[in-house]
Amino acid sequence: MPDSVIGQPLDRVDGKAKVTGAARYAGDTQATGRLAFGVIVTSTIGQGTISGTDTAAAKRAPGVLMVMTHENAPRQAAFKHAGEDRHARPKPQLTERVVHHHGEPVALVVAETFEQANAAARMVKVSCKAEPGLYDFNDAKRLARTPREIEESKAHSKVGDFDKGFAQGAVKIDATYSTPYQNHNPMEPPASVAEWSGEKLTIHSAVQLVHSAHQSIADTLKIPPRNVEVVSEYIGGGFGGKLPVYADAILAALAARELKRPVKVVMTRQQMFEMAAHRAATLQRVRLAADGEGKLTAIAHEVWSQSARMDEYTESAASSTRAIYAAPNRLTRHLIVPLDLPVADSMRAPGDAVGQLAVEQAMDELADKLNLDPLELRLRNEPAEDPEKNIPFSTRSLVACLKDGAERFGWSHRARTPGTMKDGQWLVGMGMATAIRPNFRRPASARVHMDERRHLTVEMDMTDVGTGSYTIFAQVAAELLEVPVEDVTVQLGHSGYPKTPGSGGSFGAASCTSALREACIALKAKLDAGQGPGNLSAEGKSEPGDEYKKFSQYSYGANFAEVAVDATTGEVRLRRMLGVFDAGRILNAKTARSQLIGGMIWGVSSALHEAGIVDPRFGSFVNNDLAGYHVPVHADIPASLDAVMLAGFDDKSSPLGSKGVGELGICGAGAAIANAVFNACGVRVRDYPITPDKILNGFLRPNLAQQR
Amino acid sequence: MKAFTYERPADTAAAVRAVARPGAKFLGGGTNLLDLMKVEVETPTHLVDVTRLPLSDIDDAPNGGLRIGATVTNSELSNDKRVRERFPMLSLALLNGASGQLRNQATTAGNLLQRTRCYYFYDPSKPCNKRVPGSGCSALNGYNRIHAVLGGSEACIAVHPSDMAVAMAALDAEVEVQSISGTRLLKIADLHRLPGTSPQQETNLAAGELITAVVLPTPPGGGQVYRKVRDRASYAFALVSVAALVEVKDDHITAARIALGGVAPKPWRALDAERLLVGQAVNDDAFAAAGEAAVAGAQGHGHNDFKIVLAARTVARALADAAAQRKG
Ligand SMILES: Cc1cc2nc3c(=O)[nH]c(=O)nc-3n(C[C@H](O)[C@H](O)[C@H](O)COP(=O)(O)OP(=O)(O)OC[C@H]3O[C@@H](n4cnc5c(N)ncnc54)[C@H](O)[C@@H]3O)c2cc1C
Ligand code: SF4
Repeated sequence: MPDSVIGQPLDRVDGKAKVTGAARYAGDTQATGRLAFGVIVTSTIGQGTISGTDTAAAKRAPGVLMVMTHENAPRQAAFKHAGEDRHARPKPQLTERVVHHHGEPVALVVAETFEQANAAARMVKVSCKAEPGLYDFNDAKRLARTPREIEESKAHSKVGDFDKGFAQGAVKIDATYSTPYQNHNPMEPPASVAEWSGEKLTIHSAVQLVHSAHQSIADTLKIPPRNVEVVSEYIGGGFGGKLPVYADAILAALAARELKRPVKVVMTRQQMFEMAAHRAATLQRVRLAADGEGKLTAIAHEVWSQSARMDEYTESAASSTRAIYAAPNRLTRHLIVPLDLPVADSMRAPGDAVGQLAVEQAMDELADKLNLDPLELRLRNEPAEDPEKNIPFSTRSLVACLKDGAERFGWSHRARTPGTMKDGQWLVGMGMATAIRPNFRRPASARVHMDERRHLTVEMDMTDVGTGSYTIFAQVAAELLEVPVEDVTVQLGHSGYPKTPGSGGSFGAASCTSALREACIALKAKLDAGQGPGNLSAEGKSEPGDEYKKFSQYSYGANFAEVAVDATTGEVRLRRMLGVFDAGRILNAKTARSQLIGGMIWGVSSALHEAGIVDPRFGSFVNNDLAGYHVPVHADIPASLDAVMLAGFDDKSSPLGSKGVGELGICGAGAAIANAVFNACGVRVRDYPITPDKILNGFLRPNLAQQR
Repeated sequence: MKAFTYERPADTAAAVRAVARPGAKFLGGGTNLLDLMKVEVETPTHLVDVTRLPLSDIDDAPNGGLRIGATVTNSELSNDKRVRERFPMLSLALLNGASGQLRNQATTAGNLLQRTRCYYFYDPSKPCNKRVPGSGCSALNGYNRIHAVLGGSEACIAVHPSDMAVAMAALDAEVEVQSISGTRLLKIADLHRLPGTSPQQETNLAAGELITAVVLPTPPGGGQVYRKVRDRASYAFALVSVAALVEVKDDHITAARIALGGVAPKPWRALDAERLLVGQAVNDDAFAAAGEAAVAGAQGHGHNDFKIVLAARTVARALADAAAQRKG
């Protein structure tokens, strides 16, 4: 056995099943009965009421088994605006005549085949009385209000006297940045297959949080949770987009119950843009003031983010600004702009992913004004303790990440003056940015069995959204119970297994491995007491203690990017990128690196490509397919893109020392690129994504663009 | 998607007979038509698959020209040695289009007749004159970043999305079509129509006419360039693309051709700009003036205003690169 199985860059234990097609995703489920197919019909207005439905033609169409609208949908629990666990709330479907947003389900057609259901779905006529809605985020400030669903203390913070500190500064930045809507587009769309056996429902659904989904589905259908089994063994990407339970699950369950046969419902790619959650658009004002030496005297970060009128959500873009740098005078504010748009919710590193696009570009602007190396500016503002909570950091290795990254990347070769490094028609530049992401842990439980051949089976209702959960749990159990990894079978994603918080907020690994560790210790105690092996089981539970109150906990990183900007067209091409990260102890160097570079690539996307466009006349997302909604393709990502993980161990985070890694990579990544673009060509684009038209605009109006 | 019937005729005569049936349409690689059928923008009741017709060869034509069969795939065409040597801008245009998978599937005729990527055209719940004549144009006052700055009308400002067709326009290609009444040749410039008041009529093909080939005449002299500007490095439609050809003798321009993509409802030849160049000394000012001339009369609609200056700059740059090729 190697020294430590934990941390080894092992291949995914589920990799073979995935590449051979043996892994069954929700939509692949083979039901026991004859499967029927449901297709959802959606609203084509953004606000109003349904005045009538005409389903006659659809009902007569070949193969059609049922058409469900608000007129005949079974009774369900009412929607709740607030709830302790927002993803466990009831999600009733087709129960109202009111249309809350464009693309909301208004009917379900179920037929013998998918093609028949699809053809008939277009025959359903839903007439609506449209009413004017609020769809335009540019009215942001006029409509903004303090969030209701989060505590005041979370929405706003104040330390010292910002106005005074800002006035005192020798060099100041006051800039407003905007980030667009981003729509969840994992490869696998939300999909569900529901089958009833008497009173009992089994539903295979692509959900990140099995426990929350279990409660949500049972409550929506008004049936006891013990009569529901939720299965989510493999998920083709989550990223927060599968935290909620959507119409696919509820409608499949309702239709299957009515028809007494299994029903499958899958969202189409186009439907995902409005039926699944999106990342809210934001406007962010950042004010920084520094003395002549580059020490911050004041920092303010104010955020306006879109929220759906029907369901409030706050994009907490300024929350990590409370810990990122030292400054005696500080201010953060979050306001929401309630619009009649589809529901906004979490997307990878909610808050931080867009917050650092603003703050870290502002820091670059400040460094430029101070004529100081932007990396040096970060070093000069390193706090000794959490600057707002005044408690120690559990660990903080930002400086190590910055210095190590600068060395590896060759940061010293960066040209001080923008626009001076050329390569033929290309203007070349480098940029960097800090990454910071809060570390969370939640209560979890786990079960371990050992059979007579010392083979282990681990059970948790945790999910693997492609992150590597299966693999790290196998590694942890193998190490603690001293068996080879091949002798561990990990079973996840069944609501009958011990309860975990699921996949979200990068808390899965630390929460679940803590519980699994307890289970392994308990099993080991039984072995030591002479029991087994064989027919031996143990459970373990764990929850975070006081360490989360006594210590300020974050993961850190530093991103470095080199870009080239076409001097004629303003096209940006990424040439190199490096992230150096500290996320405590790494549980599997291979899957963690994949998470980090995946996050960095999403940062590239946020900086250069991705934007969901709302048409404010209709309240609809117009570029609603993967031809119109751009994310990076292979040609956008250079071979030289890498993530380095510093050795670390944070015993305040979890007994195994790990911290969240899945969301860290995206933090600051986009800002490093924006800053590299400025260094390359002298154009500052504060309105993401940085597309060629915006750079071209800067070329044509250099004085406006540079504001130097 | 609506139910439809399907047949695969063995020869072109059978194909044109088959498509005479009401509601029938030709099916090439299907990469555009099937997508449009899925969203019920196209609702043919019968598909006549042309991909097994004997139209898959690239044959030599007189004086170095080529006759490209209608079902030659975009991949085959881009990789053909003769195309790469004699008509490099065509090979480049193809390779700059779509993705490897799509190019393996897409046919020459299908590429020419692919329909616009206007978002509103794809969404049957929104007004669109091209889809439902008289319903209005959602793009004119909507999100029109990808729309036309040249050749559009009050009724429609959609862009023809093909890269291949832009190079073919610069190369003065001709399109061979067959119908029940016989065959004819069309200049590529006459294949597509401007929208005017009837944007639903996109081409000058009569109903049921089958494209059988594209004929490239004698290869022109001079350096050839295809420059595509787009939002990401691959797999994106052109914001602006330019097929440019410049022939230089004694530091003077003897011939020039310029065609633009991404800016107009059809592949856009900039004939005035071409004329302006002939006889001029090779220098950046001449190319910049040609760039300006190429966008003369262009009109932006808000989100797409940038295309005018982007097109002028890209034309100038492409011309300079084409001229430099033959000098170096
Ligand atoms: C995501 C995506 C990205 C793309 N990006 C690009 C890009 O960057 N650049 C680009 O140029 N293209 C791009 N394309 C478009 C692609 O090039 C076209 O879809 C393809 O060329 C169409 O060819 P096809 O054979 O599949 O046509 P089909 O879809 O089969 O047919 C298209 C039309 O042509 C008609 N037709 C086909 N053959 C004949 C014939 N012989 N005679 C008469 N009519 C015929 C059909 O009836 C139909 O109306 C992209 C497509 C997709 C889906
Ligand atoms: S631009 Fe043309 S295709 Fe687009 S909405 Fe207007 S009429 Fe329809």
